[in-house]
Amino acid sequence: MKKINQKFWLGIIVALALYGVVQVLLTAGVLDDVQRSMLLLICVNVMLAVSLNLINGITGQFSIGHAGFMSVGAYTSAILTLDYDVPFILAILAGGILAAICGVLIGIPTLRLNGDYLAIATLGFGEIIRIILLNTEYVGGASGLSGIPAKSTWTIMFFFMLITVVLINNFIRSTHGRACLAIRENEIAAEAMGINTTLYKVIAFTLGALFAGMAGGLSAHTFYVITPGSFNFLKSFEILVMVVLGGLGSTAGSIVGAVFVTLLYTYLRDFPEWRMIIYSIVLILMMIFRPGGLLGSTKFSLKKFGKKEAKANGGISDSSTS
Amino acid sequence: MEYFIQQLINGISVGSIYALIALGYTMVYGIIKLINFAHGDVFMVGSFIGLFSARYLASAGLPPVLVLIISLIFSMTVSALLGITIERFAYKPLRKSTRIAALITAIGVSFLLEYTGVLVLGPQAQGFPDILAKKQFQLFGTSIQVESNQVMILITTIILMIILQYIVRYTKTGKAMRAVSFDMEAARLMGINVDRTISATFAIGSALAAAAGVIFGMTYNSVDPLMGVMPGLKAFVAAVLGGIGSIPGALVGGLLLGTVETEISSLGYSSWRDGVAFAVLILILIFKPSGLFGKNVREKV
Repeated sequence: MKKINQKFWLGIIVALALYGVVQVLLTAGVLDDVQRSMLLLICVNVMLAVSLNLINGITGQFSIGHAGFMSVGAYTSAILTLDYDVPFILAILAGGILAAICGVLIGIPTLRLNGDYLAIATLGFGEIIRIILLNTEYVGGASGLSGIPAKSTWTIMFFFMLITVVLINNFIRSTHGRACLAIRENEIAAEAMGINTTLYKVIAFTLGALFAGMAGGLSAHTFYVITPGSFNFLKSFEILVMVVLGGLGSTAGSIVGAVFVTLLYTYLRDFPEWRMIIYSIVLILMMIFRPGGLLGSTKFSLKKFGKKEAKANGGISDSSTS
Repeated sequence: MEYFIQQLINGISVGSIYALIALGYTMVYGIIKLINFAHGDVFMVGSFIGLFSARYLASAGLPPVLVLIISLIFSMTVSALLGITIERFAYKPLRKSTRIAALITAIGVSFLLEYTGVLVLGPQAQGFPDILAKKQFQLFGTSIQVESNQVMILITTIILMIILQYIVRYTKTGKAMRAVSFDMEAARLMGINVDRTISATFAIGSALAAAAGVIFGMTYNSVDPLMGVMPGLKAFVAAVLGGIGSIPGALVGGLLLGTVETEISSLGYSSWRDGVAFAVLILILIFKPSGLFGKNVREKV
């Protein structure tokens, strides 16, 4: 326990140092606007990837409707700041909470499904949310909302991201997180051991949705405009790519994946078709040759010497999920 | 009443397209338990091949019926080969790994086909040539109208269904397919070439999707590289609705979904159409997860 604590604080210190360096670079004007918005996007994507990893990688439930939760958070917080002058942070939290409520609502009925069926049901839910937004005049229909105050600064983004990573990582290490892992490894066995599988699946879904909602709110307040089209299946897929690329079940992997995909996204901005082709080839090759992702299921630790711990937990690749 | 029947006829012609695509999903799922997300894109490729061959043959001056039949068969053949290729290179190496890995690969293949299409053909929609001249028939002296296209769709679908039934019921390949879907390991022990059977399944499914693609192009006169996404997903909904793994189920599911959609559009809610399809899916999954015709399989420990 003491060792984990040490690592934990070491991680926090390194993260804060990173924050400080970037903040200094920003105030000194070394980083231009493009790089600044890329940094903000990285923060949003890390939140999304880490929260999807909780559902897909840790609990072993296959969800591809993450953009739906994101859009709920984005629209809620945008409307609260635009129409009701709610303070920014509160609006983000409200967006997250509403997304979490959606997570519960979606989770309870669909979690009886497993594997492929759950995947397609969550995809359906994501699309339903998008179509509802598309047909609601109050939120601007197809043209969406614009003129959202750009209040997401590097400081706010970074701390939201840090809180997300820390909370989810601690959740994974807790008793409840172990229960989720047990469900991933073998649902029937987990149930036989007295784990309330439905409860934990709903918890994972709700937490994932909460952070996705907050990420959505933050991204809405970064890029001025949100449209239903920006939260479609492609967006869910993009988040999935980040998680899979880094390694299903690894928080560190999700972060690496998110950073990598964001960099790829930014530098291939002028060649959108190539971007998708590269994504898909990477994904196919990854599944064939290295199904565990770049980092496998490596635990979030700064010391690479923590080999024992990393190896003790087999990746999702060698477990049966069907 | 007449209005209702009119919508029913329109619904059946949309539904036939879904049914043809849904068959591919159902057969592949029945045999290797994989949602082949790329199936909707095979439909797209089939449609484009149909478009190019129809353009070429029409400019060569062939009679319209011949143009239709040849481009249909050509498109089905090429798509069958595409299906086999996809299976061989993307899915076969993953047969022993987890289903999630296979599912992610399928999504990858789907995007690969779509965006290769965008890269090669450009993102804008292209007009599909009118292969057959469009005519309208009045039905039994009522105001119900049937288009020649709808008749053609129905005839094509019925012919393909009969061929499929024949293959599955009376040929050796069909028997092997049923055996493999029942129990892959036991089938292997009985000397069935499982790999070849799976390839055959992909080939047949892809050929049917290509036929649906050609019909789709003739009905809507416009094809684009991303057109496979929605029909593909909805055909999957149709397959689940009918009970995935069941061939009559796919047919009934497709027709049902097509009818529901047309009714919704005719009531003036066409922008909600896709949402309703997914809502149907979720309701089915919650209340009758095995679908209308599916068997209830108990989970074994």
